[in-house]
Amino acid sequence: MEVVIEQIINGLTIGSFYALIALGYSMVYGVLKLINFAHGDFFTLGSYIGYTVLVFGAAFLTSHCGLWGGIIVAMIIAAICIALVGITVERLAYRPIYPAGRLPAVVSALGASIFLQNAIMVIWGPRYQAYPAELIPNIHLQLGGIHITLLQVVILALSFVLMGVLYYIIQKTLFGAAVRATALDRDTASLMGINFNKVIFFIFTLGPALGAITGVMVGMYYRQISFTMGWNYGLKAFTATILGGIGNLPGAMFGGLILGLLEMFGAAYISAAWKDVFVFLILILVLIFRPTGLFGEKTAEKV
Amino acid sequence: MEKKAQTGLIKFFGSGQNALLIIFGIFIMYPFLASNYFIDIAFFFGIYALLGLSLNIVLGEVGLFDLGHAGFYAIGAYTTAILNTKFGIPILVLLPVSALAAALFAYIVCSPVIHLQGDYLLIVTMGMGEIIRLALINNPFDLTGGPNGVFGIDFPSLPGGIVIDSSIEFYFLIWIIVGLSILGLIRLQNSRVGRAWNYIREDEIAAGASGINVKNYKLLAFVLGAALAGVAGNLYATKLMCVSPESFTFWESCLMFCIVLIGGMGSIPGVIIGAAFISLFPEIFRPFAMYRMLIFGSAMMLMMMFRPGGAWPRKRGGPSFTSLLSRARRNDA
Repeated sequence: MEVVIEQIINGLTIGSFYALIALGYSMVYGVLKLINFAHGDFFTLGSYIGYTVLVFGAAFLTSHCGLWGGIIVAMIIAAICIALVGITVERLAYRPIYPAGRLPAVVSALGASIFLQNAIMVIWGPRYQAYPAELIPNIHLQLGGIHITLLQVVILALSFVLMGVLYYIIQKTLFGAAVRATALDRDTASLMGINFNKVIFFIFTLGPALGAITGVMVGMYYRQISFTMGWNYGLKAFTATILGGIGNLPGAMFGGLILGLLEMFGAAYISAAWKDVFVFLILILVLIFRPTGLFGEKTAEKV
Repeated sequence: MEKKAQTGLIKFFGSGQNALLIIFGIFIMYPFLASNYFIDIAFFFGIYALLGLSLNIVLGEVGLFDLGHAGFYAIGAYTTAILNTKFGIPILVLLPVSALAAALFAYIVCSPVIHLQGDYLLIVTMGMGEIIRLALINNPFDLTGGPNGVFGIDFPSLPGGIVIDSSIEFYFLIWIIVGLSILGLIRLQNSRVGRAWNYIREDEIAAGASGINVKNYKLLAFVLGAALAGVAGNLYATKLMCVSPESFTFWESCLMFCIVLIGGMGSIPGVIIGAAFISLFPEIFRPFAMYRMLIFGSAMMLMMMFRPGGAWPRKRGGPSFTSLLSRARRNDA
């Protein structure tokens, strides 16, 4: 029983990474119908920026902000930088292409992804980088027979807080209503006085910022980062987005968590080598029986 | 006088026949002028052209988002590799076998998911491609050799004891197959099937209402596309003499997707241009070392900014390749 609970916690930790990245995919997809392949690389870049802040500011951060303060500063700096990168990529690579339809934008997004990935390689070098171990708290907790680390608890708490905040913004505030309206029908929303460019600005700063914070968390959790990791996480997060139903934010969150759990249980009870096969098989089965994802609404075909 | 010369030149290059003759001449001359390295680059250009043409059937003609095409390519390559190394069946016999294996696989896998729309189909094909790659790495039944792959695949041999083993011979082998595929695909584009495919791409519901069996035509596109990818896999395996799972990643599927979109959806000359871009561009910029992929990524973005429809988009209702040919013939007569 204890092992099962530990697996659930491990699965939820990985799942919350996927969920946070998936939110960025889902927001962009909901409004622009664009699969933003560069999103995984925003996440990697955020991880690297957090790494740089932690390594070069180690002495300053530990003396002025304490252990947790340093990590929070790294996350905030990474989030701000990546929000700027996100909005720049949108201006340069996507905005000129919107009028041409959605498929050319896919190629442009792949181009942006290659560009960012190789920019990271040029700047930080092709080798793995290790997060500084002395800056990351390594405290084990024991509740009954369950072993978890304090870091996991913090990551889970922070992820759920971030998801909650985003959910609140999207579902309860006026600005969120504008985003949802634009996702439903861009032209009508514009006629109602919603500024489309502001919505775009919002989703291309918030999504990448969330990705960057996730990047720092992944760096702390696994201790090492590589310039190609965005590809794998992006793939999984995109899968999570679709599993939950494209453009549906709560769906993306649950999709990510379910994916993390599936992966963990697949690795523990089926086979570690076949866990990804298991995940993709489940995905395909879900889509065969629910063609618009787990939480997607059934849309009528337009005639 | 000058004007006359100019129009003469335009006439010379503008008529399809002469332009074709020139391209054909360059194609024949090229391997005798270039070094082995550049002939090999031209071989891989041919492989990408074949892959682009195969995805073009699915993505370009019918408009189905397929991001798992590397899976079919892998099935073709591994069919060749396993049957050749285990049973010693000659490569050229395996060429149709690989195509059939990939086609059969596509039929079985795509039948249950063919009703999915747009991006949902995209993610399912992507998942399928990943499943194939992961399965190859995990070495089921000790067939695929795990992450190392299969080694020691033969060179193709023709009856009469001729073995295709030099770069020049491989160059001609691949481009003859590309040429034959192009001829077949042009016939297909102008056939009843090609028109039905384009109709489904433009308006699926109207196509269904006009009596086109949408599901079967979509499946046919997947099966034919997979078969051609299987052929490419066969040639790839015999050229490299080994296959390994890392040649068939999601990235490879993305490259094929880009070939079709950079060239122009449904346009055969466009696909060749797209394949040239994807395969030659990183080679040309090799002196820039680390920076070449930065340039490659920027070039992809710029291409889509300035030519969002592709480098050579297919014109609807405009003169097709064959009608250009027949017009040229009429002019000559």
